[in-house]
Amino acid sequence: MAKQHIKLNVNGKTIEALVEPRMLLIHFLREEMGLTGAHIGCETSHCGACTVDLDGRSVKSCTLFAVQADGGEVLTVEGMATATGLHPIQEAFIEHHGLQCGFCTPGMIMRTYRLLQENADPSEAEIRTGLAGNLCRCTGYQNIVKAVRHAADRLKSTSSEATEAAE
Amino acid sequence: MAEIATMTQEEREATLGGIGCARKRKEDIRFVQGKGNYVDDLKLPGMLFGDFVRSQYGHARIRSIDTSKAKALPGVRAVLTAEDLKPLNLHYMPTLAGDVQAVLADGKVLFQNQEIVFVVADDRYIAADAVELIEVDYEELPALNDPTAALAHGAPVLREDLEGKTTGVHGARKHHNHVFTWEVGDKEATERAFAEAEVTVKEKIVYQRVHPCPLETCACVASMDKIKGELTVWGTFQAPHVVRTVASLLSGIPEAKIHVIAPDIGGGFGNKVGVYPGYVCAIVASIVLGVPVKWVEDRIENLSATAFARDYHMTGELAATRDGRITGLRVHVLADHGAFDACADPTKYPAGFFSAVTGSYDIPTAYVAVDGVYTNKAPGGVAYRCSFRITEAAYLIERIVDVLAHKLEIDPAELRLKNFIPTEKFPYQSALGWEYDSGDYPTAMRKAMAAVGYEALRREQAEKRARGELMGIGVAFFTEIVGAGPTRNCDILGVGMFDSCEIRVHPTGSAIARLGTKSQGQAHETTYAQILATEIGIPSELIQIEEGNTDTAPYGLGTYGSPPPPPPPAAPARGGGGGGRGGPRRPPRRDDQPG
Repeated sequence: MAKQHIKLNVNGKTIEALVEPRMLLIHFLREEMGLTGAHIGCETSHCGACTVDLDGRSVKSCTLFAVQADGGEVLTVEGMATATGLHPIQEAFIEHHGLQCGFCTPGMIMRTYRLLQENADPSEAEIRTGLAGNLCRCTGYQNIVKAVRHAADRLKSTSSEATEAAE
Repeated sequence: MAEIATMTQEEREATLGGIGCARKRKEDIRFVQGKGNYVDDLKLPGMLFGDFVRSQYGHARIRSIDTSKAKALPGVRAVLTAEDLKPLNLHYMPTLAGDVQAVLADGKVLFQNQEIVFVVADDRYIAADAVELIEVDYEELPALNDPTAALAHGAPVLREDLEGKTTGVHGARKHHNHVFTWEVGDKEATERAFAEAEVTVKEKIVYQRVHPCPLETCACVASMDKIKGELTVWGTFQAPHVVRTVASLLSGIPEAKIHVIAPDIGGGFGNKVGVYPGYVCAIVASIVLGVPVKWVEDRIENLSATAFARDYHMTGELAATRDGRITGLRVHVLADHGAFDACADPTKYPAGFFSAVTGSYDIPTAYVAVDGVYTNKAPGGVAYRCSFRITEAAYLIERIVDVLAHKLEIDPAELRLKNFIPTEKFPYQSALGWEYDSGDYPTAMRKAMAAVGYEALRREQAEKRARGELMGIGVAFFTEIVGAGPTRNCDILGVGMFDSCEIRVHPTGSAIARLGTKSQGQAHETTYAQILATEIGIPSELIQIEEGNTDTAPYGLGTYGSPPPPPPPAAPARGGGGGGRGGPRRPPRRDDQPG
């Protein structure tokens, strides 16, 4: 199958590659780029273990072709921590025991990242609805919901500190 | 550290980060950054990818398999059928339950999505293309999905490979689709108790088939080094040493030349104990081709072809006095084992711990008979989030006690309190042979009732019912045998259930401990370090825990059927020599569900 040229931004880096048109984004990220944080749980968009951020939206990278991300901006769990430390969402998951086996965690974190941009102050019900496309088989979700709520508080206080500093 | 000796126990634990301290999990720092190391993350030079052609039917004869188009496809490196495995005597593999299972279907398929052809190709896309190009010609046969129908006179013969075998590993087979009969208890005394009973109840209780469904499917990478004659297998293995033993028995490669590595596992729940055809095929392909071969299931394959739990079709009966004193229990089970008996059963008994079915009650006479049955369903039978067959037993006894309460019009909590093993009777010998060491069930029950405000709930229920609103209150009380032990009751493949811990303390005072267990999310790296900190007096941050590599870890039976906490954490405790502190030992905390 003739390969197709794609150019996209992944975690702040410009990437150019030749891919088969049928290659899924998840396989491109995991096998071509070595970014194995996003996982494959179901290949059918049900479980959300493959969730990454594409152009400001959460996407299930197991049911999207890599060529559909051409020209786009992708953020994966590997792009969340910075030189100064973990992202507040990552810290909140550790703090509130929001994971056990860790397989769903990268998808949960990336979905939480987008959810909190869409709604900075979600209620418990809104968190549950917002994460409905991400399955976890270990935790029973209670602590994931707590972690997301805690992350929202942390991000709010960080952004209000930043606003005060700017003023 | 000198002052540790003079500290109170609480101060000592806090200083060491020992048992009872709240600690952040050591594992999380890698998991939240996507830096876990799961099997599918593994990429080896020259690695090929395997995929299966699977049966479209629940029961069918295979007339022919045409693999020619697949073999001609560029990028396809091998195509294996049962005929290719026969010269190696690998078309069947032993199961953990003493049966055999077809690695690739031999003339007949016995369940939908059974493995028929294994294709190896340069990447997973080409492998999937090749699967599409293989044509299997079937002659459909009637499929038996109900264990009662499977035992009917004249039912189709499912296991032709067992023809003429009237005895299985668990005794006589009384029908061609019958696996075993297992009886426990005193049948005649129980019959007498029922004949003399003032009241009896009987209920058909079906615990349907469920699937553990870990979020990560089963997977492996097999790599044969033909020069050294050594095989390395990375896989989603809850019991890595058991896999090594089975791999050696199957391949004839000395066990010392097989290296089994279970990296991070994305949940197991019993699903990742057994050995599956995918592992065997990946190993064979790697031996044939001399390069690493990866096999990863998709979700449909995981749900339809790997080990299930439950599928117990039970009939429970209680004999009692009119005032609610239970005098006898009789249980019959049709146990649907699927097409091959592949239970991952760590006990010596074909129905595991099911004979704990007398539960928390002082029942003077009891009799249980379990008949294992073959059907056209996937093989398996695992301890999904419990000890093996304990959930089935607990459901049976709690349900039938409720049925009795209903019949006698006695409050279900009161009926339970009336029949609990009296506290003064411990250690208690159950009618089905288990010794209960200690307990105070009435106190536990009353505390639970007080905690939920049981009397108030009943009043609320009565008020609501009076005005036409329905409100239900469920009552259950159960006693579980956790931890697959002791060895007199528990083994797998004849290897007694045990675990070991090896500790090395380095010159600067930090330590590494290696165990034969395997976390699938239970955070062993955190909790074992805490137990060891308490036992040997080294802070838990300085204790590294390593599991899953059979070269470095001492032999152990892995993690399933609720072992850790009980026996395995006892291993770090005993490895620690129990030094450092007198007084009674607090049990390990159990915050986590098995991952």
